[in-house]
Formats: sequence, C-alpha cells, structure tokens
Amino acid sequence: MDCIKMVVTMNPCPCGFYPDMNRCTCTPGDINRYLGKISQPFLDRMDLCVHVEPLSYEELKENRGESTSAQMRRAVQKAQKLQQERYQGQKIRFNSELSVKEVQEYCHLTREAEQLLAQAFAQLKLSARAYHGIIKTARTIADLEGAELIGSAHISEAVCLRSADKKIWRL
Amino acid sequence: MRADVVYYDRGCEGYPKRLMPYKNMPDRLYSKGAVPSDEKPTVAIVGARMCSAYGRSQALRFARVLSEHGVQIISGLAYGIDALAHRGALNGGGATFAVLGCGADICYPKENYPLLLDMLEHGGGILTEFPHGDPPRSWHFPLRNRVISALSDVVLIIEAKEKSGSLITADYALEQGKTIFALPGRVNDQLSAGCNRLIAQGASIALSPTDVLEELGIAEKAEETETAVCYSKEPGKIMAALQGNRLSMAELQKKTGLEFLVLTQVLLRLELEGRVVENPPGWYEINRENRGKKK
Repeated sequence: MDCIKMVVTMNPCPCGFYPDMNRCTCTPGDINRYLGKISQPFLDRMDLCVHVEPLSYEELKENRGESTSAQMRRAVQKAQKLQQERYQGQKIRFNSELSVKEVQEYCHLTREAEQLLAQAFAQLKLSARAYHGIIKTARTIADLEGAELIGSAHISEAVCLRSADKKIWRL
Repeated sequence: MRADVVYYDRGCEGYPKRLMPYKNMPDRLYSKGAVPSDEKPTVAIVGARMCSAYGRSQALRFARVLSEHGVQIISGLAYGIDALAHRGALNGGGATFAVLGCGADICYPKENYPLLLDMLEHGGGILTEFPHGDPPRSWHFPLRNRVISALSDVVLIIEAKEKSGSLITADYALEQGKTIFALPGRVNDQLSAGCNRLIAQGASIALSPTDVLEELGIAEKAEETETAVCYSKEPGKIMAALQGNRLSMAELQKKTGLEFLVLTQVLLRLELEGRVVENPPGWYEINRENRGKKK
C-alpha cells in the first residue's frame, strides 16, 4: 500500500515576503521563475494546500481559544476509528487509500454537494485526480464531524484547501 | 508576424500628430494594428510592475471608466499596472495602445501575449521606435516612456515607488507640458510613495475617474456603474473585508470572525459566482475584471 505522507513547504517568492509589497524585493520575472520550478502535475498531487501568514508578537502570545493539540488528537482518533470500522475486512484502512471504485462505494454526496462539486469542477478547471482528491478530503472532513453523508460544506472546505491546482501559479 | 507591421516616418501621413511638437521623438515609428487617433482624448496610465491589490483594482477601474467615455488608453504592456490598464480599457469597450521597449515582433513580457492579441482584435495597436528583432534592453524602457507621455493628453500614475520608471514618464510629461494625475495612497505604503510625492510637488490628485474626465472636458455619462450587489450576512462580511485588500484565508477568518466551515462554503460560492478570485493561490480578492465585462 502506498502510505506515503508528504508534507512540503515553499515560499511565495525568492525573498519570501510577497505579497507584502513594502518588504518584497522581487521582480515579477523572479516570482514567475521561482513558482515555475514546481510543475503543475506535481501540485496536482497535493490534497491540502494552505497559505500561512507571518504572525506578530502579540498574535504569537495571544491565546485565541482555539482547539488544543490534545483536542485535535481526540477528534482525529475518533475519525480514524470511524474509518477503521468502515473499512473492516477491506485491504485499506484510511480514506486516502480509497481507489476510484471505492470512492464511489464509500463516499456518498448529498445532492447539493454533488451540484457544487460539478460546478467547481467545471469552473475551476479541476483535473480528474483533483476530483477524487477533493472527495476523499471531504470524506475525512465529514468523518471529523461524524457525518454520514458528505455535504456541501465539506466539499467547500476540501476545495478551498486545494488552492494549489485551481489555477496555474502566477502573479 | 512581420507582414502586418508598418512604419511611419516623422512628418509623413500616419505619424501621430501629437508627437510633432517635440524634438526628441523617434524619426520612425513601427506599428502593428491601429495607431492612436489624433482627435480622440488620450490618457496614459502607468505604474509599478509589482503592484498591490489597491493598485490593481484602481488601474482597472480608471481605465474602464475612461474607456467607456471614449478615451484611448496608452500604456507600456509591462506586468502589473500597465497590463491592467490595457485590460481595463478593453473591459470598457475602447481601444488601447501599447508603446513597447522592443521590436514590434517581440512580446515582452511573453505572459502578456494573450492581452496583446486582445488589444489588436479590439481596435488597438502597438507602437515602437525599435526596429524588428531589437530585444527589450533595460535602457529602452525609460526611452519609450517619452513616447507614452507625448501621445497622451493626461498622464495618470497609479502606483509608483520612490524610485520608479513611472516617475520618468511623469518627468517627460512635465517637460512636454502634459497634465499629470497621481493616485493618492497611504503614506506608509512604499508603492504609493512616488505618487504621494508627485502630489506634494503639485500633480493633480486622481480621486476618481471623474477628475480625469473633467480635465479632458468630457461630461460624465452616468454615475459610475459600481452597482451595489446586495449580499446576505456572511457574503457581505467577506466582501466588506476584501474591499481594496487581498487576504489569505486565515486573515479573512480573523477579519470576518466566521467559522472556517462557513467561511469556505461562502467563499467558494462567491468564487464560483465570479465575485471573488484567488490570485495567487491562497489569496483572495474581489474580481473587478468580471464586473466590468458583465454589463
């Protein structure tokens, strides 16, 4: 089974400050060359892609009442358990391992979610790989909530977390 | 590509009359597509290549509104403000012209080739003093700026750092006796420092396209068509937060106070409706291009 978990990071530009125009010293050409090093087919294989902001000192110190690692761990364990139960007797254990055929079997979308995904697929010009990736991510998001069916909220979140392949990287 | 390029010698028919009063203009001007009309009011819109979300939206807006009023827009086909000025003019349905820093057979930067084709298709054209095959050398660009300003009645500078090529255009405009407009910005934004400096030195303040139209003696047709779309609660919050800003998802969440699940749902809907665009990936801003086209 291919159970490789890959986590990678990169800067938005060579100097690292774009789009903070007061600090970024790159030219448009610099940025295009820099982003162009990562090919689209490679980005296409990323299921989650988020932009991380620089934090100010106050923000670093501040406790914003968000969930702690321990709470997140419990939520993840719960979702894992759900998946183990779902895939009992199968060769797979987690949503990420679902084959195309299994996606159809285990990932049921509400009608609303189906329509949203169809629209997003057409308008954001998603690839077939992205399509299945989004469903699998949405399945996990639904599992974290303990939801049986994948709703449009889950699809939305999965699509928003996939900014890498929505468009070519450009300025 | 070579076949459709023509050239005009100084003093001959077709050579833009606006260039005639000045001594240091090119003796031969190569052109592809149309040449700017000598009669129509003309505005040059220039600015930084690396521009902010504010600069992007204002370049599109000024160019679109001016273009809707029959003003020809001249710029330099560079990244950033230049390209957006051409794009805005096309959205407004008018002709727009680029003065290049290379031969007419070269598109620099090549990323703007689709834009160039669009311009040619919609009654615009490109002009250059550099012969075929002349590559875009760095010293060409300050040089072509004198042609950009000379071709225009008004030069509008959208965003410029304290040391910027756009300020060279402004210098030429001053020398040639053109009216200079500068878009004001925040004093701590480096990208507005050049514009604010110009204003301090006596340039006109471009508060809205109306100001530029007034200078040209054109009556404004109607209220600017930034039709207020009524948004319900959550989309309204997002659109308000994005007004003039480019924000990441985390910043959006902080500003709107929406739950992540709600935020992504509304955001995706807005994106699919074409009201918000993601550019670059992970950053959201209001989609101005679309709005101009829809009307």
